Amino acid sequence: MAAKGWKEIPIGGTITEAGNAKEVKTGSWRVMRPIHDKNKCTSCMLCWLYCPDQAILQTQGHMDGINYDYCKGCGLCSSVCPAKAIEMKAETEFLE
Amino acid sequence: MVTVAEKMRAKQALTGAEAVAHAMRQIEPHVVAAYPITPQTPIVEYFAQFVADGLVKTEMIPVESEHSAMSAVVGAAASGARAMTATSANGLALMHEVVYITASMRLPVVMPVVNRALSGPINIHCDHSDSMAERDSGWIQLYAENNQEAYELTILAVRLAESEEVRLPVMVCLDGFILSHGVEPLEIYPDDQVKNFVGEVKPYYPLLDTSHPVTYGPIDLYDYYFEHKRQQIEGMKGAKRLFPAIAQEFEKAFGKRYDFVERYRTDDADCVIVALGSTNSTIKYAVDWMREEGQKVGLLKLWTFRPFPKEEIRKALDGKKAVVVLDRAASFGAEAPLYEAVKSSLYNAAHRPAMGSYIYGLGGRDIRPEDIRKAADDALKGELNADEQMYLGLRE
Amino acid sequence: MPITMKELALEFDKKNPGITQGHRLCPGCGAPITAKFVLMVAKHLGYDPLVGVATGCLEVSTTIYPYTAWSIPYIHNAFENISATVSGVETASRALKKWGKIPQDKRHAFIAFGGDGGTYDIGLQSLSGAVERGHNFLYVLYDNEGYMNTGNQRSGSTPPGAQTTTAPVGKVIPGKPQLKKNIVEIIAAHENVYAATVSLSDPVDFFNKVEKGLNFQGPAFLAAMSPCVRFWRVPESDTVKIARLAVESNYWPLYEVEKGVYRVTRKPKSFKPVEEFLKSQGRFRPLLSRPDADKIVGELQAYVDARWERLLALEEATKDKPIRK
Repeated sequence: MAAKGWKEIPIGGTITEAGNAKEVKTGSWRVMRPIHDKNKCTSCMLCWLYCPDQAILQTQGHMDGINYDYCKGCGLCSSVCPAKAIEMKAETEFLE
Repeated sequence: MVTVAEKMRAKQALTGAEAVAHAMRQIEPHVVAAYPITPQTPIVEYFAQFVADGLVKTEMIPVESEHSAMSAVVGAAASGARAMTATSANGLALMHEVVYITASMRLPVVMPVVNRALSGPINIHCDHSDSMAERDSGWIQLYAENNQEAYELTILAVRLAESEEVRLPVMVCLDGFILSHGVEPLEIYPDDQVKNFVGEVKPYYPLLDTSHPVTYGPIDLYDYYFEHKRQQIEGMKGAKRLFPAIAQEFEKAFGKRYDFVERYRTDDADCVIVALGSTNSTIKYAVDWMREEGQKVGLLKLWTFRPFPKEEIRKALDGKKAVVVLDRAASFGAEAPLYEAVKSSLYNAAHRPAMGSYIYGLGGRDIRPEDIRKAADDALKGELNADEQMYLGLRE
Repeated sequence: MPITMKELALEFDKKNPGITQGHRLCPGCGAPITAKFVLMVAKHLGYDPLVGVATGCLEVSTTIYPYTAWSIPYIHNAFENISATVSGVETASRALKKWGKIPQDKRHAFIAFGGDGGTYDIGLQSLSGAVERGHNFLYVLYDNEGYMNTGNQRSGSTPPGAQTTTAPVGKVIPGKPQLKKNIVEIIAAHENVYAATVSLSDPVDFFNKVEKGLNFQGPAFLAAMSPCVRFWRVPESDTVKIARLAVESNYWPLYEVEKGVYRVTRKPKSFKPVEEFLKSQGRFRPLLSRPDADKIVGELQAYVDARWERLLALEEATKDKPIRK
């Protein structure tokens, strides 16, 4: 977002674009990458429940994978997964 | 044509506190959050009675401190409500942090400030150290000379605060005890006329509009904080620009004329005294007294301290032989706040007057016409020293 | 019927709970999970939530101008005054309903979030005032036991011996000597209030208490065990594990007080030793390496045991005896 002048922004420091933090892709912070194993996953939804960054993709209770745009790589999903369906791998493994 | 007798009949004998409470009753804000503090207490007491008696629909929040009073008012105003509070001295100081936040959030809150000396040592009587400590908070500051003005300025302040070009909070300053507890005859305008004048608040980004969710009070770092401060400066400029128009509307509605300053016998005056608040009445008395003796003395009273009316001051004082500024507050290690500002206004004057700074009335010390004469006599004798701090009514 | 995770998963598969992605809280932070739990339940129950957040981690990291991670109305005022601020919002809604500016049937939920600094310490007066006045709001404390936003300073919630920068474990002094303030008891003492502890490790109990708090006519208070991975010196992945240990060791008993009536909502047959909770975190390592560690740990264990006995006794004593109608 290009920095705006004082005449171009709402007064009072108010932010009028609700939820625009979604533009901030916190996935760039990630050091460890969660890898979802569809075969082991039971879609129990614990990873979805606990993800601090809402980076678990699911449709009607079916786990679809991980949203790497936002995943910071904390590994909480992997830690709470009873089926051991999420493995944490170093981001360096994915360097091109 | 309204006869003098009719006019007198319409007048009531009220304290300043009761007069301000009536203004609040007529404004009928959605929310009032207040905490009692001497000498503001009777304002809250009267208003609480209006609420208890169902004379207003206002929801009152009897908070546990002034800090919470101002905080609750911020919440209510951000929600889209018209919200008010009132305070004095230490209460205002306790609010200080949120006083700044209110202005920076551009919430058009009106707050009567019953001027009282700031501790320490603790003192309950009048001076302006409390409101002067907030002069850079981003609030508009109006000062009342008497109870009629305290009542009227409270009403006028609502329109000023809520104007689109302004959107800034306003302190209506009235001298503790002298006005708040002193009884004067004054005219309370009909409720419907006041309601008509203040109109309805037009909320900006109301928090309660959940279909348009907004974020109030984000963390604003080096990349935008400066721009937001610049906007506040513009809001204050808007207040300067708009005040005459609102004052004109007020005059149309109620017949009383307000301006940034009131010039009292200044046209041919050699010496002009400048002051804020109730002391102006005493100065008028002293001016009349000196005039009777043939001395060319006048008074320049300020209704607005923020925005500071430097052009109007320059216009009134340029070419005068002498200007005496009376301050009811000190600025330790610097010139007294009103004096400093008036002096700075005259930097570009074609003919700079001699100037003198007199601090008076701290902690409620009486100021007598004789004290004022003393300052004016110094001026007329050419004995002013612009760099020397003088005092009135102080024991050496 | 208690709210289940499954229900929420179905409802919020694509719907935003109120806090969005793109916030800049630390990886593994407990605070956004706490916020998400509360807001999902509020929306699930048909409320339109508005939030106020005290200065702290959750506040600074979610609203770095010009970005906001809130898709619902949000206000931050200062550190110590979120309860007063939200009481102003709540009062404004009542007033504007009276004036006909807001529909009578509008179901707002007024939710305040504060960390332990903004709750136990600097914000306590504002919170007490708002609870005493009976505003209809839910205050959620995300308790990470210190001023973590500013780099781990001691708060009234910091447990004894935990390493902080302002009560460090030194050569002479073994860190903070005082026990944690019992914030739930303080709030419960306002009597006309619903107050409870919750933990991220027990989501169903958590959802249930959020529901009770929101539906309670008057102020409600939830103290959420919300570990700080950064300054508790635990792996980022262990937030829930540590919260679970806090509950399983009885360091953080789960209970509620409704108008003076105590109810313990989790009563296991046995508890793990508190030492296990302490040993799981690096913040207790300086304490545990001291020669007098056993004494300090022993005192904490004795306190935890005594508090549990007292809780059970209070539950027994207050059963069906609300202090306010």
